[in-house]
Formats: sequence, structure tokens, C-alpha cells
Amino acid sequence: MKKPDSKLYPGTSVRGKWSGRNYSIIRRLGSGACGTVYLCKNDQGDTYALKVGTDSARMMLEVNMLKKFSKVQGVQLGPYFVDVDDWVAANQVTYPFYVMEYIDGLSMQAFLKGKTKDWIGVCAIQLLTHLEHLHKAGYVFGDLKTDNLLMSKTRVRWIDVGGVTAIGRAIKEYTEFYDRGYWGMGTRKAEPTYDLFAVTMIMMEMAYPHRFEKGAHPRKTLENRVHSSVWLKPYRTFLLQCWQGKFTSATEMKEALSKGMLKRSQAKPVHPKTRAQRKTATASSDYAEMLTLSALVAAFLGISLYSFWL
Amino acid sequence: MKPGRIKQILLLTDGCSNHGEDPIAVAALARNQGVTVNVIGVLDDLQDSKPQGLDEVESIAEAGGGVSQIVYQKSLSQTVQMVTRQAMTQTIQGVVNKELQQILGKGQSIEELPPEKRGEVVEVVDDLGETCDLEVLVLVDTSASMHHKLPTVKDALYDLSLSLNARSGSNHFSVFAFPDAKHTIKKMIDWTPELGEIHRVFSKLSSGGYTPTGPALKQALYAFTERPMRSMQDGVDPYEETGF
Repeated sequence: MKKPDSKLYPGTSVRGKWSGRNYSIIRRLGSGACGTVYLCKNDQGDTYALKVGTDSARMMLEVNMLKKFSKVQGVQLGPYFVDVDDWVAANQVTYPFYVMEYIDGLSMQAFLKGKTKDWIGVCAIQLLTHLEHLHKAGYVFGDLKTDNLLMSKTRVRWIDVGGVTAIGRAIKEYTEFYDRGYWGMGTRKAEPTYDLFAVTMIMMEMAYPHRFEKGAHPRKTLENRVHSSVWLKPYRTFLLQCWQGKFTSATEMKEALSKGMLKRSQAKPVHPKTRAQRKTATASSDYAEMLTLSALVAAFLGISLYSFWL
Repeated sequence: MKPGRIKQILLLTDGCSNHGEDPIAVAALARNQGVTVNVIGVLDDLQDSKPQGLDEVESIAEAGGGVSQIVYQKSLSQTVQMVTRQAMTQTIQGVVNKELQQILGKGQSIEELPPEKRGEVVEVVDDLGETCDLEVLVLVDTSASMHHKLPTVKDALYDLSLSLNARSGSNHFSVFAFPDAKHTIKKMIDWTPELGEIHRVFSKLSSGGYTPTGPALKQALYAFTERPMRSMQDGVDPYEETGF
């Protein structure tokens, strides 16, 4: 039953046992719970991400999810699916593998470096927009965490949809920090609110990159952490409201967050002055950033409203 | 396929057995009775290497058709639920593989199916894992060296019940401790669907200097075979086989 883990080196050729299609390994991208992901290219020279694992049943479940949910309601949620096959390694052991879109991007932490705290909100709004689509399709993401996300330019992308679960079932994969069960804030049933809690924890992680443990009083720990972070100050009420169960859907939560962010932008004295004034102002970059942010937020709100009416 | 009933013993220990019959043999016996044996070896957070004697953990699970894992206290919660789930899937896959061999001939298994067919079969396995009934008998080693780990064990068991009760299938848990001077094992919690009331358990413990893992496993197995009497009162077929 147990197989030795496979280690693939650049240049290794992975040929599908069933289809005969060939992929050449370029480099290792990272490791997940049930396998390792490599950058590869096919014979035509197109680059993809290729995941090799040992547990073929689990890999297959991932493929099924990838096929179903790479695209929901016309929106690209996860990486798109390319191929699935088995590979017989030189040691005659058969390893299951699948091929998907390669998403180039930065980790959340790397992306946020040097950015203003408004980006915490912007990322959360993007996540909630993705979740809206997924929940409408009858599924929850499950193991929602920064490891499963990439910032591709300024867009949040999901790179691992292995934890996606039909609403009403049990969450099978979770990571304690993002799991409401761990924090004593609810069950491990796949409900939209399960994902909403994970979104708040992703926001917490942006302020506390090293995360933290629950301690003896989990809820109190969370509240204290919210209050003691300058980064989270703009989101305090929002986070506390979510933990009190105020939001039952991604749409509600997104609207509350967007509203809060737009209001704050207006509250700051950044009214457009004359061109000359703007040129001399030392805070001109601040202003520009605020303007783009407002535009971004408005755009997301627009997109979501649009898709809502669709 | 109709969801069936899966029976598991989950053994939590931190050392090697040193008294009575061979736990590996008892685990093999349990497997034949349709009861899977999973074993988790619990390390101290400060322990930096695998202590001697914990090899047994792997051998017991192997013989019992289950899953084993050696972990530090702080990852116990997540490990307990993972091991239980993994063993469930393993049992279901075993049954499905047997069926496949009957239909497709010897040597056929889920792994050897072409990807499209495999994709359909794993969905069935996944569905069964969600809907099957599960009985877990937790057997906790409460010998002296385990004492300070028991609060973590309690947390982990509560967490296990939280995870499994999110499923659609029914769950039954019971908790036993060993060693016990009189009966080898001591019932701490009788069969119950939830482990919510676990806080007061393990408060009164007798500890001895010996670890009779084998005899304890055997008693745990008896506890399972006594179960049908209870089931009969519930109107369930007392001679129900495990599996599907």
C-alpha cells in the first residue's frame, strides 16, 4: 500500500501510461498534503503545473473537483484542468499524476509586503466574490487558507481545490488556524459560513503572519488579537460582526466590507485639489493609491452586482 | 451501494507493551472480526526523537488493518481525526476492491483502473465515507507516563467527535482506559453519539508500572462483540456483519 515518495528532477520525462502524452519537468513549485507540484512543459512547449502523488484515490477526487470547479458560472475559480494519468517511474512504481494550468504569482505574504492595509480588505473582497460563485453552485471551499491562494498580479487565485465539499457534507480537510471548529465557533459541516470564518482568519493572518494559538479562551484570544493590531483597526467591527454570526452569506459579508471601505476612503481628506497642488503634495502617491483602491472596490461591487443580476 | 457499518478501535499510547499477550496478534484477530485497529503514539512536546519501542505502534496497526501515526501532543487533535478518516477510507476501498475483483478478475483494484473509471469509483468511495455508520472504541493508555498528556487526549477526542458528527452517517463512540487492576480495561464512557461530556473523564485513575496493551486490546474487542445485544434493543439485526 505504501509507496516511496517520488522526487522528480529537472529534465525528467513523465509519460502517461494510458495516453502516452509526455511532460518534461522544469522545476519544483511546492508540496501539498498529498503530492508535489512541478512546473513542466509538454511536447508543444506549453507550460503547466503537474502534481505527482502516491494516493491515487485522493488524487482522483482532486481531479474530479478540478474538472467541476475550475470554472463555475463562467468564472475561472481554480486552475483549469488539462490531463490525468499514471506514470511508471524508473523503479517500476506507478505514480498517479495530473496536469493543470500553471498560475504564476506571489504568496499572499510576499504580495502584501510594503502595501497599505487597504489591501487586506481588497483581498478579502476578492475572496468573497469567488466564494459567492462557489456557494451558489452548492459547494464550499473547505480548506481555505493562504497556502491555497496566489496573488496573480493583483488578482486572488485559488491554486488548490482539493478541499471543495458539497454543502451539507462534512469538511474532510482543514487547517486548525482557519477552522471554526478549532476556535469553538461552530461545526465542521460544509456550510457557506464555514468559509466566511476562514476569510476572517486569512485577514487575521495578514496582520499576524506567524499566526497564533487558541489558548484557554479561544474567542477571547481572537478578540484581543483584533484589538491589539493597528493593521486590523479598520476591520475591527467587521471581524467581530462576522464572529457574532451576523453574516450568513458571502454576498452580505462582501457588501458590509465594501461599504466600510468606501466610507473610510471618503472620510480621509483626499478631495481632489488643483493639478498644481497635487504635484507639490508629498502625499501624492497616497492619493493615487486611494483613488485606485476606491476604483477597485467600486469595480468589484459592480462586478458582483452584475453577476448577481445575471 | 447501501452504506454499512465500520468498526474501529483507536489505541492511544506512548510506549511499548510489557505485559500479557502479543498486541500484534490480538490486532490481527480483531481485523478478522471486522474491527480495524488504529494506533497513535503520543510523544512529549520536548521529545526530540522517536523513542524505542514505538515501532510496535506501526506493527499493531499494520496487523489490525488500520493506520498508525506517531505525533507530538500539539498535533494530536488533527491526527486523531485524520487517522480515523483514513482508516475508514481504507476499509471502504478494501471492500470496493474485493467487489472489483469479483467483477473484473484477480489483480484488479481501484488504482489499476483507467483514470475515467477510477474517477467514478472514488466518488462512490467518498460517498460511502460520508454516509456509513461508524463505531469507534477509543482505548487510552493511562499508565504513569501518559498522565500529563491526558488533557490533550480529551481535547483531541472532543475534536474527533466534532469532525465525525459533521457527516451524514451515524457515529458511536466509547472510551476505555487501561491498565485497570481488576478488569484490564476500564469503561470511562459508554457508547454515545457525541463525546461532548468528556471533561470529567480520567479524573480518577489508577496507574501501574506495566502496560498490558495486548490484553487491553482483547478486552476492547470483547466490548465490540457485546454490542449486538444493545443493537437488538434498537431493533437492528444483531448478526449484522461489518462491511456492506
